[in-house]
Amino acid sequence: MWPDERVARFVNEHFVAARAHVKQNPTDFQQFGERYQAQWTPTILELDAEGVEHHRIEGFLPPDDFLAQLMLGWARIAFHQQQFAEAEQRYRAIVEQLPESEAAAEALYWAGAAKYKATGDPTALKQTGEKFKQRYRDTAWAKKASVWS
Amino acid sequence: MKIDFRYDVAQAFKDAKQQRKPLLLDFSAAPM
Repeated sequence: MWPDERVARFVNEHFVAARAHVKQNPTDFQQFGERYQAQWTPTILELDAEGVEHHRIEGFLPPDDFLAQLMLGWARIAFHQQQFAEAEQRYRAIVEQLPESEAAAEALYWAGAAKYKATGDPTALKQTGEKFKQRYRDTAWAKKASVWS
Repeated sequence: MKIDFRYDVAQAFKDAKQQRKPLLLDFSAAPM
């Protein structure tokens, strides 16, 4: 996961990165593990600047899926901070750049939701529902979007 | 390219707050 060049570039560009390692800094591993209830490794948390958790990745993923999950968390931070236009761009980047990743269907769903929240235009949801009739039809996200079209 | 992981986690929290950047926190047991 971590050695992937795209992952490293993405993390260094958008995050302050910290590692709590069970052997290298065991006190931090225990202290922050308890604070965030991290019971397994690897667990990767994406927190905002105030330390509020927005996304959690547990277990190994191959590079494309891992990068997509990191991008998903970064988009969720913008969405939760009500930066909806920015969130939409971040979600759409996942669908465009990593369309075969596990996170892509979720990203498509939330891109539509973010556009609706940014504009108030319900056609954003309808269009997203229509897209799910073409792509990712066998996912839970397609079911969730089915009421939009 | 390597990720610039910090191992002083409390200091990383302070830096993230000061820089207003999100924080990625990796709980790891991988061989170093």
